[in-house]
Amino acid sequence: MSYEGLRSLLPKSDLLGFAVLALLLVVVLPLSLDIFRLNLIGKYLTYAFVALGLVLCWGYGGILSLGQGVFFGLGGYAMAMFLKLEASSPENTAIQSTPGIPDFMDWNQLTELPWFWEPFHSLGFTILAIVLVPSIFAYIIGVAMFKRRVGGVYFAIITQAVAAILTILIIGQQGYTGGVNGITDLRTLKGWDIRTDEAKYVFYFLCVFMLFVCLLIAQFVRKSKLGRLLVAMREMEDRVRFSGYDVSNFKIFVFCLGSAFAAIGGAMFTLQVGFMSPTFVGIVPSIEMVIFCAVGGRLSILGAVYGTLVVNWAKTTFSESFPELWLFAMGALFIAVVMAFPNGLAGLYNKYAAPHIEKLLGKVTGKSNNAKATVGTQGVAHERQ
Amino acid sequence: MSASNTDFVLAVEGLTVSFDGFKAVNDLSFYVDKDEIRVIVGPNGAGKTTVLDLICGRTKSTEGSIKFRNKELTKMKEHQIVRAGVGRKFQTPSIYGDLTVFENLEISFPRGRSVFGALAFKRDAEVLNRVNEIADMIFLSELLESRADLLSHGQKQWLEIGMLLIQDPELLMLDEPVAGMSVSERRQTAELLRRITKDRSVIVIEHDMQFVAEIADKVTVLHQGKILAEGSAEEVKADPKVIEVYLGH
Repeated sequence: MSYEGLRSLLPKSDLLGFAVLALLLVVVLPLSLDIFRLNLIGKYLTYAFVALGLVLCWGYGGILSLGQGVFFGLGGYAMAMFLKLEASSPENTAIQSTPGIPDFMDWNQLTELPWFWEPFHSLGFTILAIVLVPSIFAYIIGVAMFKRRVGGVYFAIITQAVAAILTILIIGQQGYTGGVNGITDLRTLKGWDIRTDEAKYVFYFLCVFMLFVCLLIAQFVRKSKLGRLLVAMREMEDRVRFSGYDVSNFKIFVFCLGSAFAAIGGAMFTLQVGFMSPTFVGIVPSIEMVIFCAVGGRLSILGAVYGTLVVNWAKTTFSESFPELWLFAMGALFIAVVMAFPNGLAGLYNKYAAPHIEKLLGKVTGKSNNAKATVGTQGVAHERQ
Repeated sequence: MSASNTDFVLAVEGLTVSFDGFKAVNDLSFYVDKDEIRVIVGPNGAGKTTVLDLICGRTKSTEGSIKFRNKELTKMKEHQIVRAGVGRKFQTPSIYGDLTVFENLEISFPRGRSVFGALAFKRDAEVLNRVNEIADMIFLSELLESRADLLSHGQKQWLEIGMLLIQDPELLMLDEPVAGMSVSERRQTAELLRRITKDRSVIVIEHDMQFVAEIADKVTVLHQGKILAEGSAEEVKADPKVIEVYLGH
């Protein structure tokens, strides 16, 4: 990409935001936290993928999905299936009545690997499946809903129902899915032990890297005409439709993209936490993810990351001391966000901190910037955000 | 039911729509010529807005045919009708308040209308020139960078007209374009309409008979979903039936 292209993708204020977040996640946290805490941060960050997808779907497109746990779960399960198969080699499972299949299948009297598990022997297939299976599933839901102009509260309720259905399905089909326990006891990735501290560091940095890949994709979408169309659709859907756009296609696209992000997050979760279970699929985690997004600010892709970190940090701290009160605190937090600061942390930042920071920046780079503005094309001058 | 082909830009034949048995538009037929300015008037509830909704695909007809350049519109989706060359302005200004005037016009520019087209869309010289040209025409070139929210009611109406113009539709439908405007805005709008109605057919819904007389080639009076009278503004004004149900004595 050309320098001009990069500049319009990441204007100065956004570049600063990306740099600060990168500094925090790549340098500050790894240096200041022990591996247990850092692994915990890594786990939180996997939810940030979901929150990021929600910024695009909900914040920009006005599509509130209360079932993002479905896609997080599908991505996580795909990863877990691969790792489980590797952990279930015939040597490792010699004591089972059917060696070579995952232990929970053996406990449920299955005698051979179900057909849909077979392709997960391949890492390449698994990586593709992590992104494609949830995207295709989202595409089907999207076509079924958006082509019929189902939206708003109805869409939210249907996604919630999908989350409930998938949870029940996973729990009910214990022999195929590991049931309520999920897929546990994951050991190695291509022979490399994933339970060591070294592996945790590697996965943490992989997770941060993937998060930045997704952030850049989100930034690209946000800065493209599609991003402005999403805002336009949220405000005046009919006007967009009567400007010659097939509105449903844009909704389907952004819903699929959000789902793909969530799925990558789910896969990262499995790698870092070492298991996947239906507790991350259902209604409650799905709603929690919406809260992360709302606290961060539903129009800010970086806010989504901070919101996720802050809420999860609060959850861990709070529930260590008052476990029974946490859910009430979470509810209160959501009400507070909606009533008091609807644009979340990002809104607070833009209102109180950003003017000072811009002033500081202006002092440092003001001169060269003014010169550029005069020669800059009109298109760049039109770049508002 | 399919109508025969004609030389008209728009041929509406036998159009009927019923909502739970109530016929909002009842066996309506009318034809709009190339470059004609047609004004539809009528009392409240006569079905004026419904007719526009039917033409642009927002409401599906129960019966009848709408042909635009001999292309049947009743089976087409809204965005396809727009792409075929029919533009529609709503009664209340429908603009994107969170975007700037520039962005409002840019989104309406007829390019990159698919998902990937929108992702790849670039603000090139063609887009900039066209946006500036339209902004000039709708008296908003000084306000390109303001949020559309901040415009006055009249300016919002102009912006929406501009958003249609940038698509260069062959048939433009305007639903009460001067409603709620100040006297000076009204005058500017009349001038704007006269300029933009060159080289395209226009259907306007309007109440102000003076304004109607000023712009109309032909006037159609609707009453209870049917045509009560049709003709030049003078003919219609003199029609006793029209005076009875609409204009008053």
